[in-house]
Amino acid sequence: MSVRIIPRLDIKGPNLVKGINFEGLRVLGKPEYFAKHYYENGADELIYIDAVASLYGRNSLNHIIERTAQEIFVPMVAGGGLRTLDDIREILRAGADKVAINTAAVRRPELISEAARTFGSSTIVVSIEAIRKSDGTYEQYTDYGRERTGLDAFEWAIRSVELGAGELLVTSINQEGTGKGFDLELTRRIAESVSVPVIASGGAGALNHVSDVVIQGKADGVGIASMFHYNCARHCQLNGDDFHEEGNIEFLRKGVQGPKLQDASIPQIKAHLRNCGLDCRLQ
Amino acid sequence: MIGLYENGRRPQVAIVDFGMGNLFSAKHACEHVGMQALITSDKSRILSADAVILPGVGAFGDAVQSLHKLDLVGPLKDVAASEKPVVGICLGLQLLMTESQEFGLHKGLGIVKGPVVRFENPCGPRGPLKVPHIGWNGIFRPGHLQNRREITTYTEDPWSGTPLHGLSDGTYMYFVHSFYAIPENPEVTLSTSKYGNLEFCSSLRYGNVFAFQFHPERSGPDGLRIYERIKVLLQSDGNLEEHENARRS
Repeated sequence: MSVRIIPRLDIKGPNLVKGINFEGLRVLGKPEYFAKHYYENGADELIYIDAVASLYGRNSLNHIIERTAQEIFVPMVAGGGLRTLDDIREILRAGADKVAINTAAVRRPELISEAARTFGSSTIVVSIEAIRKSDGTYEQYTDYGRERTGLDAFEWAIRSVELGAGELLVTSINQEGTGKGFDLELTRRIAESVSVPVIASGGAGALNHVSDVVIQGKADGVGIASMFHYNCARHCQLNGDDFHEEGNIEFLRKGVQGPKLQDASIPQIKAHLRNCGLDCRLQ
Repeated sequence: MIGLYENGRRPQVAIVDFGMGNLFSAKHACEHVGMQALITSDKSRILSADAVILPGVGAFGDAVQSLHKLDLVGPLKDVAASEKPVVGICLGLQLLMTESQEFGLHKGLGIVKGPVVRFENPCGPRGPLKVPHIGWNGIFRPGHLQNRREITTYTEDPWSGTPLHGLSDGTYMYFVHSFYAIPENPEVTLSTSKYGNLEFCSSLRYGNVFAFQFHPERSGPDGLRIYERIKVLLQSDGNLEEHENARRS
C-alpha cells in the first residue's frame, strides 16, 4: 500500500495559520493558494482544520472548501467545529470527501456512530489530539489543544474505531509545529491497536522524520505542515498575495522565519520514501 | 461517422443522486473537462442524458434500497441495455453486480454477473493490511500482474477505446473500499490491482458499461484523464478509435 503524503492546512478565518504546539498562530497566506500549489505538486490528499471554529462556532471553512473543490481533484478532509450531522452534511456538500471530528465526538461519542451510519465509515475521521504527560501517559485534548478531557488517548482511539471511525488523524500536540520529529510511540501504539488507517501529524521537520513515522510509527499517511508551508509562504509573498487584517502577519513582512527545519517539496519527500523502499504515488 | 456533438454542444451527464456519497466531486470533474453534469434522481433526466454516472459511497444494502425507493432500478437497467455509456464509481461498480455480502446478502442490479465480497485478512510484505483499503494504488491491464504479458506485446490494447485509453500500467488511482467485485466472466475485467497478496478487479467493462472501484474524480490529473476520455467517447459517438483516426488525419 502506498504511503500518503498529506499537507495539513490549519485555518483561522480566511487565512492559513501555523503555530507551535497549537499556540501562537501566525498567518501565512491564503489557503486556496497553498492548496492548489500542493495539489499540483503531487499531494495525495489535503487536510483542512479550522483552528478556532470550536471556540467561535463559525464556518469560514465551508467557503474555503467550496472555492478549492473546483480545481483540486484529490481527497479533502475538513475538520474543526463540526458539531452535528447537519454541519457534516453541509461541508460534504461544499466538496469535502471526509470530515475530521474531535470536540463534538468527545462530548457526545454517539455522533461518531450516527455520522458513520449516515455518511459511511470511510467519510468519518476521528481526530486524536494528545498531550504526553510527564508520567508517560497520553491525554486526549479537545478545542485545538485548549481543553483537557481526562480521557486516555489510546482508549479513546480504540473506542472511536469501535463506534465507526473509518480513519484516525493522530496529532501529538507536544511535537506539533516544532519540527523535531513525530511522536513515534503515540503513532505506533494507536496504529497497532486499530484496524483502520492512521494519519500521523505533528512534528515533521526533516526527511527522515517522515520515513521514521511510517516504518517505526506504522503510519499509513503522513500529515505535514511547517515543512511545506514556510517555503510556500515565501513564494506566496513573492506573488504579492494580500492578507486580511486577522492574526499576526508582522513576521511575514519581515521575511518568514519558521522554526528550524528542513524545507522539502512533496516530490523530494516521495523520492526519499522510495529510497527507503516504501511505495508512494508519483505523477 | 459524424459525431453527435460536432456543433459544439457539451455532452450532458446525469449523476444519479440516491442520497449517498460525494456527488459534487464527480460533477466538478465532469465540468472541469467540459461536460455538463446534472445531479439528479429524476428518471426522465437520467434516460435523456448522453451518459449516466452511478456514484456511491456507503453501504450496499441501503443503496439498493434507495434505488428501489426512487424507482431507478428499471431505468438504470434500460440505460445499461442501450448504447449509452454508463459509468459506475466505487459502490456504483458494486451495485452493478449480482449480489453483495455486505452486512447480510443483498441483491444488486445484476447488470454484470458475479458477487461482491469483503477483503479477508489481506497481508502485505510488512504484515497485515488495513480494511478498508484506503489510499493510492496502481491499476494494471489484465494479466500484467502475473507477468503474462508485457505492455509492449499487446497486439490490441485492452484499454483502447475505453476511458482508460492512454494510461500506462501501474498508474495510481485513489481507492476507498472494503469490498470488491468478482466478475463471473473474466473477460469483463478491464483492470486489476493488488492489495497485499490479493489481486482484484479494479475496473470492468461490459459493453457500454464501464465501472471503476477507485475514484477517478479524486485521483488527480490521471483521474481527470479518465473523465476526459469519457467526453471523447461521447463526442465520437462511442467509437473512440474512429475519433482518434479522424483527429489524426
